[in-house]
Amino acid sequence: MIHMQDINKCYQLGGEKVHALNQVSFDIDDGEYVAIIGPSGSGKSTLMNIIGCLDVQDSGTYRLAGTDTSKYSNRQLARLRSTHIGFIFQGFNLLGRLNALENVELPLIYQGIGRRQRRRQAEEALDSVGLSDRMKHRPAQLSGGQQQRVAIARALVAKPHLILADEPTGNLDTATGAEIMGLFEQLHHQGNTIVLITHDQGIAARAQRALRIVDGKIQQVEEG
Amino acid sequence: MNSIQMAFKSILGNKMRSFLTMLGIIIGVASVVVLVSIGQGANQSVSDSIQKMGTNLLSVNINMRRNNPITLQRVNEMRSLEGVAQASPFSMSSGTLKAGLQQYEDGSIIATTPGYDVIRNYSLALGRFLTEPDVNNRNFVAVLGQEAAEELFGSIHAVGETFTWKGYPFTVVGILNEIGTSMAGSGDNLILIPYTVGERLFQRKGINSVYVSATSAEDVDVAQESLTSYMDALMVGASSSTTYRIYNQTTALETLTSATNTLTLMLGGIAAISLLVGGIGIMNIMLVSVSERTREIGIRKAIGATRGNILSQFLVEALVVSLIGGLLGLGISVLATHLLSPVLGMTLTISPFIAAVAVVFSLTIGIVFGLYPANKASKLLPVLALRHE
Repeated sequence: MIHMQDINKCYQLGGEKVHALNQVSFDIDDGEYVAIIGPSGSGKSTLMNIIGCLDVQDSGTYRLAGTDTSKYSNRQLARLRSTHIGFIFQGFNLLGRLNALENVELPLIYQGIGRRQRRRQAEEALDSVGLSDRMKHRPAQLSGGQQQRVAIARALVAKPHLILADEPTGNLDTATGAEIMGLFEQLHHQGNTIVLITHDQGIAARAQRALRIVDGKIQQVEEG
Repeated sequence: MNSIQMAFKSILGNKMRSFLTMLGIIIGVASVVVLVSIGQGANQSVSDSIQKMGTNLLSVNINMRRNNPITLQRVNEMRSLEGVAQASPFSMSSGTLKAGLQQYEDGSIIATTPGYDVIRNYSLALGRFLTEPDVNNRNFVAVLGQEAAEELFGSIHAVGETFTWKGYPFTVVGILNEIGTSMAGSGDNLILIPYTVGERLFQRKGINSVYVSATSAEDVDVAQESLTSYMDALMVGASSSTTYRIYNQTTALETLTSATNTLTLMLGGIAAISLLVGGIGIMNIMLVSVSERTREIGIRKAIGATRGNILSQFLVEALVVSLIGGLLGLGISVLATHLLSPVLGMTLTISPFIAAVAVVFSLTIGIVFGLYPANKASKLLPVLALRHE
C-alpha cells in the first residue's frame, strides 16, 4: 500500500533550515493498522502530509497503491487524495455551514458522483459510525465525539484505500477517545488500511505495529 | 450545479454581509438604469415636442433695425416660393386681458396672419380663424386658445364675446382645439390677433419673424434654399452679413438630440463609476472571505477538491452576488422610473437594451473582481491552509 524510500523534506523556518524528514524509508501493507508515534517537532506531521499527498517530498520515492506520486501534478494529487485517502484530523475539520450529511457528501461531490448515489453512500457511512439519527445536525449541534464520527464517516464514504488519522482523539476526553479507538479497530477488522499519527504511547499500543519517529528519522519499529 | 448550491449556501450563511456587498451593485445598476432612462426620456420628450411643432416648420428671423425690407406683401410672396406652403409673420407680446371682472395674465398674445393655423397645425373648435380682411382692415378680433377662453369667459363657447387689452375691445371670432403643452410652453394660452393690429398695440413696426411651412417634411431643404435666395436678393446692399437667419426644426431636433445624448452619456458614466465601486466592494469582501475561509479551503483540498473546484466555487459566489445585486438593482430601477415619471413629467421607459447591458455589466464585474480572490483561494497550499487557525 505504502512504499517510502529515502524520503527527505526540508523547511525554511525563520531563516533556519529544518530537516523535517531525513532518509525515511518504510512499507505499510494492505489491511495493516499502523501507528506513527513521535513527540511534537519530530517530523510526524510532515510525514503525514506526504503520506496524505498534501505535500511533496524534496527527494526520495513515495508509492501509494503502486503509484509514484513524485511526478504528479497538483491536479492529479487532488484526484489521488479524493479516491485513495480518507483524512481524519485532530480538530475534526468539518465545515460549520453544512450539516452532517452534507459534510460526508463533500468528497463524493469532488469525485463528480450524482446526487442520489451521493446521498445513499453518505447515509450508509453515517449509519456505519452510528449517527443515522444526527444527519441533519450541524457540527455545532454535535458533541466532540459525534463530530469526530462524522469526520470518520466523511473519510470512509469514498471507500478509500487508506485511512489517515492525525491525533484523532487529541481533542476528546478519555471515554470518548476510547470509543473512537474502538471504531478504528472495527474499521481495521473490516479490512481497511489505517495509519494513525499520535504522540500518545497508549493509543499507539492499540495498533498492530508502531513506527517511532524522532528528529526526522524512523528510529524503531515496535510490534503491537 | 453544486458550486451554485454551495455559493447560495455561503451567501445565505452570511446574510448581512452578502446584502451589504450586493448593495454596491444594486445601487450601481439602479443608478445606471434610472439615469440612462431619464436621459432617454428627456431625449424622447424633446423630439416629441419638436415633432408636435411640425417637422416641416421653418422660421426666418430678421435682425435689422432699419430698412427692414420684409413687409406683409413680401411674406405673401414667400408663399409662392418653391417648396413653401405657407408663410406668416409672427410677433408676440403679453399683458392682462379683461372680460368683465375676469382677468387673464398668462396669455401669449400673438400677432399673425391667416395661414398661421396651417403652419402650426392648429384647428378650430368653434368660429373662424383670422382672415385677410381682418388684417387689411385692422379688425380688433381674436382667436383664443382653450385655456384663455375658459379663464376669461368660463367656457369655450365664447365666440362673439368681447374682452379688452390695453383698453381696446376685441371680439372673439374663433376658439382653437386643445393643443396641449410642449417644450414651447402651453399651447392653450394663445390669443391670436391680426398682424396689423399687433403692430400698432405692441408698438413694434415691421416684421422680424416669419413662420414658414414647407410643402412636406422632405421639402424643408428645398424651402430653405428658395427662402435663402429670396432673402439674399432682398438683402443686397445690407451692411451686415447676419441680417437674417433661417432655422428649421430638423436641425433644431438634431442639435437638441445630440445635446440630450451627451447628457445621457454623462449621467450613465457617472452611474457606471458607482457600479465600479460596487465591484471593488465585491472584491474586498471576497478577499476577506478567502482569508476567513482559508481553513475551509484546506479541508476541501484535503478531501479532493482541485484548484479548479475552489476557483469555480469562489467565482460562482462572486457571480451570484453580483447577478442577484444586478437583478435587484433592475427591479428597483423599474420601481423608481414608475415613481419618477409623474414627478419629472415625462414617460420613463427602461429599454430592454439598457437592462441587458446593466445585468451583463454586473456579471462582468462579478467575474473581473471575483477572479483575483478566487484565484488567490485556489492557489492556497493544502498543508498551509489546514494549519491556518
